Amino acid sequence: MSEFRVLNTRAARLDAPAKATGRAKYADDLAMPGMLYGAILQSPLAHAKILNIDTSKARKFPGIRAVVTAKEAGLVKYGVSPARYDETLYAHEKVRYVGDEIAAVAAVDPATAQEALDLIKVDYEELPAVFDMFEAMKEGAPQIHDEFPGNMNAEVHQEFGDTEAALAACDLVVHHTFLNKRQDAAFIEPHACVAVFDLDGKLTLHTSTQVPHYVMRTVAMVLQIPVGNVRVVKPYVGGGFGPKCEATPLEMSAALLARHTGKPVKITYSREQVFLHSRARHQFYAEMSLGVKQDGTMVALKNKAILDGGAYTSFGIATVYYSGSLLGGPYKLKAMKYDGQRVYTNKPACGAQRGHGGVAHRAAFEQLLDMAAEKLGFDPVEMRLRNIMTRGDMTINELDMSSLGMKECVEAVRDVSSWETKKGKLPKGKGIGMACGFFVSGAGYPIYRSDTYHSTVVIKLSEDGGIATVLTGSAEIGQGSDTTMAMIAAETLGIPLENVRVVSGDTDLAVDLGAYSSRQTLMTGHATKEAAEQLRGQIAAVLAETMGCDPSSITFRDGVVLFDGGPGNFEKLRSLYIKEHRGWTDPPGGEYLTFREAARLAYLKLGSMVGTGKYKPPRLGGSYKGAAVGTSPAYGCSAQVVEVTVDLETGQITVDRMTDAHDCGLAINKTQVEGQMHGSLSMGLGECLFEEVKFDSRGRVLNPSLGEYRIPTALDMPNVDTILVESNEPNGPYGAKEVGEGAIMPTIPAILNAVYDATGVRITELPCSSERLYMAMKAQEKK
Amino acid sequence: MKRIITLTVNGEPVEGAVEPNRTLLSFLREDLGLTGAKHGCGLGDCGACTVILDGKPVNSCLVLAVQADGREVLTIEGLADNGKLHPIQEAFIETGAIQCGFCSPGMILSAKALLDESPKPTETEIRTAISGNLCRCTGYQKIVEAILAAAGTAQGKEVS
Repeated sequence: MSEFRVLNTRAARLDAPAKATGRAKYADDLAMPGMLYGAILQSPLAHAKILNIDTSKARKFPGIRAVVTAKEAGLVKYGVSPARYDETLYAHEKVRYVGDEIAAVAAVDPATAQEALDLIKVDYEELPAVFDMFEAMKEGAPQIHDEFPGNMNAEVHQEFGDTEAALAACDLVVHHTFLNKRQDAAFIEPHACVAVFDLDGKLTLHTSTQVPHYVMRTVAMVLQIPVGNVRVVKPYVGGGFGPKCEATPLEMSAALLARHTGKPVKITYSREQVFLHSRARHQFYAEMSLGVKQDGTMVALKNKAILDGGAYTSFGIATVYYSGSLLGGPYKLKAMKYDGQRVYTNKPACGAQRGHGGVAHRAAFEQLLDMAAEKLGFDPVEMRLRNIMTRGDMTINELDMSSLGMKECVEAVRDVSSWETKKGKLPKGKGIGMACGFFVSGAGYPIYRSDTYHSTVVIKLSEDGGIATVLTGSAEIGQGSDTTMAMIAAETLGIPLENVRVVSGDTDLAVDLGAYSSRQTLMTGHATKEAAEQLRGQIAAVLAETMGCDPSSITFRDGVVLFDGGPGNFEKLRSLYIKEHRGWTDPPGGEYLTFREAARLAYLKLGSMVGTGKYKPPRLGGSYKGAAVGTSPAYGCSAQVVEVTVDLETGQITVDRMTDAHDCGLAINKTQVEGQMHGSLSMGLGECLFEEVKFDSRGRVLNPSLGEYRIPTALDMPNVDTILVESNEPNGPYGAKEVGEGAIMPTIPAILNAVYDATGVRITELPCSSERLYMAMKAQEKK
Repeated sequence: MKRIITLTVNGEPVEGAVEPNRTLLSFLREDLGLTGAKHGCGLGDCGACTVILDGKPVNSCLVLAVQADGREVLTIEGLADNGKLHPIQEAFIETGAIQCGFCSPGMILSAKALLDESPKPTETEIRTAISGNLCRCTGYQKIVEAILAAAGTAQGKEVS
């Protein structure tokens, strides 16, 4: 039985009623008096010099209030990582992909803004372009950025132990190559924002983002406004999954146009522009060798990655590091070598997406493990259990598994799926497969170098003491962070959840790095807990002083105050409160002093009742180059079993059943944890079976719509058997850690291992469409 | 050239002057301030703009405002009855069927249209009925559970 009153339950989300009734406002739902509408001119060519931009006709068009280009915007370089700031708001000398931003307009309505874009005349000199990452690396390939010869955006070379020697000493070395496809995050809400300047020159940006803090800093830098004069407010956000983790040309254009017109400006991306902005999953090519001993012990891993980054860096440096570092676990290795290269091509930039950098390489690795197990005659579950890490293990690249229920996850999915009665016993055309994975609970370092707190939180009590309001900069993007913080605050203060409110996603309230790297439950959670503890301490001190008792004898639970664990003799306090409360219609009663009475008395003594909390991780990781990427205070982990039916005549795959176990430390809210698991599996299933952003020979996206770029529908997803493993993470608030991204890690390889089990065919390229599987089965028959 | 339309929206008579190329979605969102219907794609792919037109769920981004002339529209804002939530809304909240919430209004209205037609649907019927409403957050499982619960046909499946 849990000792918790609020945590570890299935409490309904705080925002669900607003969302179920259409009251919840998203960025595109906002309107302001006098608001103008912006639109952005984007390059129709993949690679071209800009010879001249003539905006004179557009400026004279009726209804147009402003036209801006690089001339007005300036040429401040920005990006995600300061080490690779390679974008300017508008292209000035050349464009690098179909969709590169050139100019923006503000008009009285959206149709006028669109019409005016056609009147901007741009003279181009088309340049040879390159769309394939392997071609881009060749001698003589078109150069996309002068500063990066050979189109080499970033390179990583890491080695732990002597990999060649370790491989040479192995009984078996298996090899595998794997190629995924560019995926789109396909959140249902396209980016939108409204920018407004007040008369003192302060900018407020209402925007659909995962990271108000980083947007504030980037917009301030690019538009050269002091950071303190930029306020970013996140309304409800209709999904992010990674690509909303950085400041966009949409936000900066709206802000610039608002500055030029003195009016609020709204811009919303069309669905096509969402595909063009992209910043979603890279295409990865993986080449891997795994060396094992006869007894199934894994010894050494050689891992090579090439990433198609598109035209700009975005999150790409972190991505190319993650593809290596996230294979350090959850299996023990004696040696690991990683060589990663991220290459520029004339396509929209790729960035972070759920399971950042790890998903494709995890897919390759978990297939390789099955290949080794088969050759050695081991069951895939047994092979994994033989090599699994447990709590307290350190990976070879120095990631500290301070809690790790990996073994428990594997055993749970094995048992719930009845693996042992199925593996090797299914008829041809039916298959079962499994895989594991792990992910960070928040990046160990901010994306810019700083000793900043990663999260600060303020909790304020209402003057009557009855309501606690959590003020945080963290970003509720659908994952449920507002509810999580409310539950942590309620538990810590000892009050019911309905007495807690949350105001979030506003850079004026507090510092928070935002919703990426699955960090908020752990990091914002810590800060929330600390703020609540501080507030609780202040109240206890006032009560103790009046009662003449030790503050440590006072506790709060279910909205009442306990003295030495019981109601205590609090008559003096209640008399004080009743005297204070004269004339009200709700005099306090009951055998316990209520939290509300106590908090009101504390207010009378101390003034505003405010608690503050903060969190930053301790120094983490090794001292090698790139050691920061992959570090985290804690790691969540997942195991999955997938069962499929393959139509051997057509290659059609039906996913019949998925069993998923995830170790989230402590499930603050069990329903929300399951929701993250289901959503991760759904995204993984789509990427595995059919999602692919396609381009034509001139670099234009061929399928920039949710009709042609297919994501899973309700008919594609099976029900998932969901198992929560709670390992109690020592570095997490109340033992909690991530669930948002770790759960996607095993999905692709578990499906592909099941497909192999059903067909005997190893798939080395995604998506595993019926056509690809059919061709692979035919090729196998010919062998 | 604008045209005058008269229709019933959430039980109230509404009059509007619209260009012939205005969509019903744009009319609801911009002229009536009913922003519960969402603009997700503009092509009828995602279902976020679903409203109920004369009892049938439609993608309001594919319906012209003039086509709604003389007809009856129900949006998510009209589903609760004098502040009392509809059982489908209650079930979505209780079951955890809502994450980012952007698909929820359309999803709930597709569910309502289904349950009006077929009060005790099977799981397959539910999945088919909402297959035009895309959700990227939930994997659909809790949405299906919510609709089953609202129909009173929940399997009562408790997951640990």
